[in-house]
Amino acid sequence: MHSDAFDRYHHGHSPIHSLDPRVKVLVTLAFIISNALLPDGAWIAFALAWIFILIANVFSQLGVGFTFRRSFIALPFALAAITVLFSIPGEPVTSFRFLMWNFTVTDAGLLRFVSIVIRSWLSVQMAILLVAVTEFPKIVHALNHLRVPTIITVIISFLYRYLFVLADEVLRLLRARQARSAATAGVSAGGSVAWRARIAGHMAGQLFLRSYERSDRIYNAMLSRGYKGELMTIHPHHFHASDWQIAAASFLSLILMQIAGRL
Amino acid sequence: MHYSPAPLHIPDGFLSFVVSFVCWVITAATLSIAISRTNKSLGEKQVPLMGIMAAFIFAAQMINFPVAGGTSGHLLGGALAAIVLGPWAAMLVMTAVIAVQALLFQDGGLLVMGANILNMGLLTAALGYGLYRSVVKGSYTTKLTVAGVAAWLSVMAGALATSLQLWLSGTSNLQTVVLAMLGVHSVIGIGEALITVAALGFVLRTRPDLLGEGSPSAGGGRGWIITGVLISLVVVLLSPFASTNPDGLERVAGDLGFLNTGQSAPYEALPDYTLPILGSTSLSTILAGVVGALVVLALAYIAGRSMQKKS
Repeated sequence: MHSDAFDRYHHGHSPIHSLDPRVKVLVTLAFIISNALLPDGAWIAFALAWIFILIANVFSQLGVGFTFRRSFIALPFALAAITVLFSIPGEPVTSFRFLMWNFTVTDAGLLRFVSIVIRSWLSVQMAILLVAVTEFPKIVHALNHLRVPTIITVIISFLYRYLFVLADEVLRLLRARQARSAATAGVSAGGSVAWRARIAGHMAGQLFLRSYERSDRIYNAMLSRGYKGELMTIHPHHFHASDWQIAAASFLSLILMQIAGRL
Repeated sequence: MHYSPAPLHIPDGFLSFVVSFVCWVITAATLSIAISRTNKSLGEKQVPLMGIMAAFIFAAQMINFPVAGGTSGHLLGGALAAIVLGPWAAMLVMTAVIAVQALLFQDGGLLVMGANILNMGLLTAALGYGLYRSVVKGSYTTKLTVAGVAAWLSVMAGALATSLQLWLSGTSNLQTVVLAMLGVHSVIGIGEALITVAALGFVLRTRPDLLGEGSPSAGGGRGWIITGVLISLVVVLLSPFASTNPDGLERVAGDLGFLNTGQSAPYEALPDYTLPILGSTSLSTILAGVVGALVVLALAYIAGRSMQKKS
């Protein structure tokens, strides 16, 4: 497997790509916090937030609809919020019968449900944009600068570095299982569900041992290259004037959204 | 790539700012203890090990097995990580896994990451390790049985915590979300238990030294047993209570000032929340929880025994 099989980074030279990763991480976080703070039914603020995302999309040269096309990943979770449609007291909008229960959708419930889904949908778009315009190691480096404990960022770096190596290992295990479980179309092969779960468990155990032994080799290899307990980078981050300007403009827009949401 | 989002990862927007913030504070406090403990007990060699183990948990979640009708089960890994790595290291490993899932795949949000880490990393590791630690000197069958129960309960603990956070945020109705989340995860948890037991049995047979005396697996203090049993008790006692008698919890939350969005039940399936067969006392709901836990214990014991015969 190629090392960037999991990567969501889109190579480019746009103004957003070249922004300091710390600014990008902070603006993304501030945007998501701002969404969480907007009251229900703040339609103008929601619209402004979406325009903010569209502008960021344009400046990142990925196309206006880039984040929109990928933004449906969090939608299945909307199921968790569906009960508010019926459970918040308010004026009935519509009611229907399902099996033995009567459901009545209230206006207050509808307002709350739509607001929750919009907040989530806006937030996930910003997160999608962040990983699309920032190489993952740079995000981790930025987190380190933003006082996330070193041990956590180091573990994340290792996870990212060896994820595809172990994913290859998993593919080999899955291929081996498939080769040994003869199946004909339409006929379920390979015993009961419990048996299949146990085989999957054995594979997880096997993967654990292979990973454990690999970590020994990795440590020795790192020692031989001068590892002293922390990871180094040859790309120090420097704030430029443009970083300050974009950060200031972004935070100003977020404040405007908060004001618009409360008018 | 085979990356399947799990239903426990809360996206941004579904928890209120206050609930997200409180969860972040709890998570950050716990992680800071975990960091100081691991820094004390682990050498620099353990850092690459924890990194590879994080990648292992991530990769192990890709090993799926067909269940029925096109669905498949896979590992979540919190309890297994805690049993093989020790509780503090497992918490850091699970934190890294959840952070990468959120940052790279948008599976789970950023502001709500504190809640996700708490539900899927901290609770699962504390419960999983605590129960396992109580039988660390026990026989092969006992260990596997308890590991299976711990894995199942850890999934249920995560599901219950997720439900409560959704309810406190005013996103879901308490009774519905608890019933739905626990219902789905009682099945997912069985897959988790089976895989955890099998994986652990495999490691115990092939490399018992990794889990024996002096390993991180035996290193945690006795306080873990109490923590694990306490969390299990909360899960076993609170789940049936929240699903059959939500008024009580809502009153407590209201008194504490958590809840400001008044929500009534979306339908009248259980008028006044009485189950005719069990009566309406909280004793009957607690009994239901205990019976459920005993059934899982028996199932896990049988699974553990059958593993032993094969070896």
